[in-house]
Formats: sequence, structure tokens, C-alpha cells
Amino acid sequence: MGLIVSDLSCVRGGRRVLAGVGFALVAGETLILRGPNGAGKSTLLRALAGLLPASGTIALDGRPLDADGLAEAVTYVGHLDAVKPQLTVRENLRFWAGLAGGTVEAAVAGFDLAALADQPARLCSAGQKRRLALARLLVAPRRVWLLDEPTVSLDAAAGGRFLAAVRDHATCGGLAVIATHVALDLDRCRTLDLAPRRAADPSAEPDDPFLAGSWA
Amino acid sequence: MSAASAVLARDLALALRSGGGAGLGVAFFLIVQLLVPLGVGPEPDRLATVAGGSLWTGALLACLLSLDRLFQADAEDGTLDQLLLSPLPLEAVVAVKALAHWLTTGLPLVVVAPLLALTLNLPAPAYPWLVASLAAGTPALSLIGAVGAALTVGIRRGGLLLSILVLPLYIPTLIFGARTVADATRGADPAGAFLSLAGLTLFVVALVPFAAARALRLALR
Repeated sequence: MGLIVSDLSCVRGGRRVLAGVGFALVAGETLILRGPNGAGKSTLLRALAGLLPASGTIALDGRPLDADGLAEAVTYVGHLDAVKPQLTVRENLRFWAGLAGGTVEAAVAGFDLAALADQPARLCSAGQKRRLALARLLVAPRRVWLLDEPTVSLDAAAGGRFLAAVRDHATCGGLAVIATHVALDLDRCRTLDLAPRRAADPSAEPDDPFLAGSWA
Repeated sequence: MSAASAVLARDLALALRSGGGAGLGVAFFLIVQLLVPLGVGPEPDRLATVAGGSLWTGALLACLLSLDRLFQADAEDGTLDQLLLSPLPLEAVVAVKALAHWLTTGLPLVVVAPLLALTLNLPAPAYPWLVASLAAGTPALSLIGAVGAALTVGIRRGGLLLSILVLPLYIPTLIFGARTVADATRGADPAGAFLSLAGLTLFVVALVPFAAARALRLALR
């Protein structure tokens, strides 16, 4: 039982960014993605979240993940915080809670947002916005967390809160895939090193859906 | 709170706050209609004959103003990824966002149009048909615009391209909408044109969420 990914490949702009990536995680384990800039860490996370077309299989608890399954199983926090500057911190959280079907209280407590709650998000610093984006992890419980450089701009205290949230998640049997360049103090974690593939690959299939003849 | 009402409430809140652009469409509409008598001359009879057409053309352009940010704002800050990963189907997201656009752009036009019709000397029997035609036609403008906004979501300064894509698609709505008002102005029966307009809007309502959702998925690859 867990997340099993096999032979995942992704072509972007005529360049094969991922080729034959595979890993297996059991419940409670965390996968740390490592690799130099451009190695495909973000692409892998977006492909796992179903935001990029990729070939290969992704199975959670023995069942292939389709679009409906993804919405039930995955929280994705990417480079972009998805924070609306015009709304207050609490309104941003409330929107995510409404969208994903959850509550804001655990998220406010988990990332120490009570003091910021009624402040417009445009007045938040980069680190505070990051905390708000990460608080989405606690808004609605999801089995798999996909995190792209989650600790960027976080101070030591916020980084500690983030690690505590990941540990709690793992203790409850949750899975996480985290792309990061910093050392995260986590138990039960595996590491996947992605090698850079920079050269254009002429054997890569066209990723343009019009050229490929696929409208799906 | 269900996912659809969360998206609707957020889009309405964003549109009504500073920089949201909800008032822009109706302000643009007001100014354009007040320019018409300056352009075509103040003779009441001449104004009455162009009133329906100029109100409908103005409404069409006013709807276009805030469309370019419909999906682009969400795509730029990463919210679109979250919408794609939500339990709400993308088709429903598109429909709800188009509804929010209509409530903040189309509906105010319907409300202020009779006031502006007064300045254009629209004959009294045409007033109910003007309001009815705008109420039935402007939802189609928001929805067709959503397809254009979805197609141009990944393009910097896609607003101009959006206008070029969308304006030709507005032609049937414009023809039947303006025709409804013109028939009522001449004293003819506007029911035929009005029913064609309403039918067109229903067709657009049925088709657009799927077309726009597919365009968004293609744009995000």
C-alpha cells in the first residue's frame, strides 16, 4: 500500500525532461527529490499532480490515479503561492477550504497565522505568503503531498512548523514527495536523484497536441 | 460551502475590490453611450433609430473589457493549478467563473441600459424589449468570451488577440439583440428575434463550458 510510480516520462518543448522515472513509497514515507536546476524536479511533481501530460503509470494503494482520484488524494504546493493579494489571509484559506472541502482552523494553528488572519495578503512578506501557501496542506486532509521547494523564504520557526506538519502527516500514514535543495530532518525518507538531461532528444515525440493528433 | 459557491464568492469578492474591474465595464458603457449623441447629432428621430444598435454594440464592447483577466490572473499566481486539482470539474469552474463575470459586468449593463436609452430617445414601447434582450443576450457574451480567455490564457498581452477571436463570435448575438430592439422601436413584433437570441444563449450555455475547459487544458500543457 502506497504510491508506486513506474516508467514516468515527460516531453516538454521537444526535450525529454523525464525518462523512465520510477519509485515506490509505502505509507508514512517521504521522498526527497534532488538534482541540479533543470533536472526535472518540478516537472516530475507537476506530472504526478496530473498538471502535465506524462506517459507511465502512477498508482496509489494499488489503484491507478485518474483525475477524480487526484482531486481526492493530492495536495500540490508549487513555486507559485496561489495567494490572492486582494483577499485577507483568512479569506484565502476559506476559499481553499470551500474548494477542497475542509476547514481553516487547523491550518491557522499549524502555521501560526492567527496574528495575520485579517491582514490583506498583499501586505504579507514573501515568507508569510509561503506560510499561507503551505497552510493549504492542513486545510483539507489529503493522502499525498506534492511540494516544490516548500522551505523557500521560510524563517527557522516557520521551517520548524513545516517539518512538524510533514512529520504529523507521515505519522498518520500520509505520503509526501518534496523537491528541495536543503537538508530536511525527517525520519523514514528516501531520496531520488534526478540527472540533468539538457540535450534536445530527436526521438522525443512532439508534445504539441495538434502535431500529435491528440485532443484528449 | 460547496466548491462551486466558493469559486463564485471569491470571484465576486475579487471583482468588487479595488483593481477588480467590476465598475469599469459599466463606466465604459456609460461614456460610450453619452458619446453617441455627440457623434450622430442631437436630432431626436435620428437618435431613436440608432439607439438599439448603439446600446447593443456598447454592451458588447463593455463585456469584452474585463475578459482578458478571467483565467489569466488565476494562471499567473498558480490558482489555476489548484482549480484543476479541486474536486470541481473544470467545466463547472468555467461555468461558475463566467457566471461571476456576467454578474459583475453584464448585469450592471442591463440595469443602466434603460437610463441611457432615455438619453438616446428610445421610444417607450421598446424599453421592456431592450432590458429583456440584454438580459437574455449578455450571458452569451460572458460565456463566449470565456472560450477566448481560455485560448489566450498563456499569451502575454493576450487581450488584443482575445478581442479579435471573440468579436466575430459575438455577431449572431449582436444581430438578434439589436434586431429585437429595432423591431420594438419600429412597432413590429420583436418576439421572433428575441426567441432566436434566447435560443442562441441556451446553445452557448450548453456548449461553452466544455469548449473552454478543453482550451484551458490545452493551454496548460
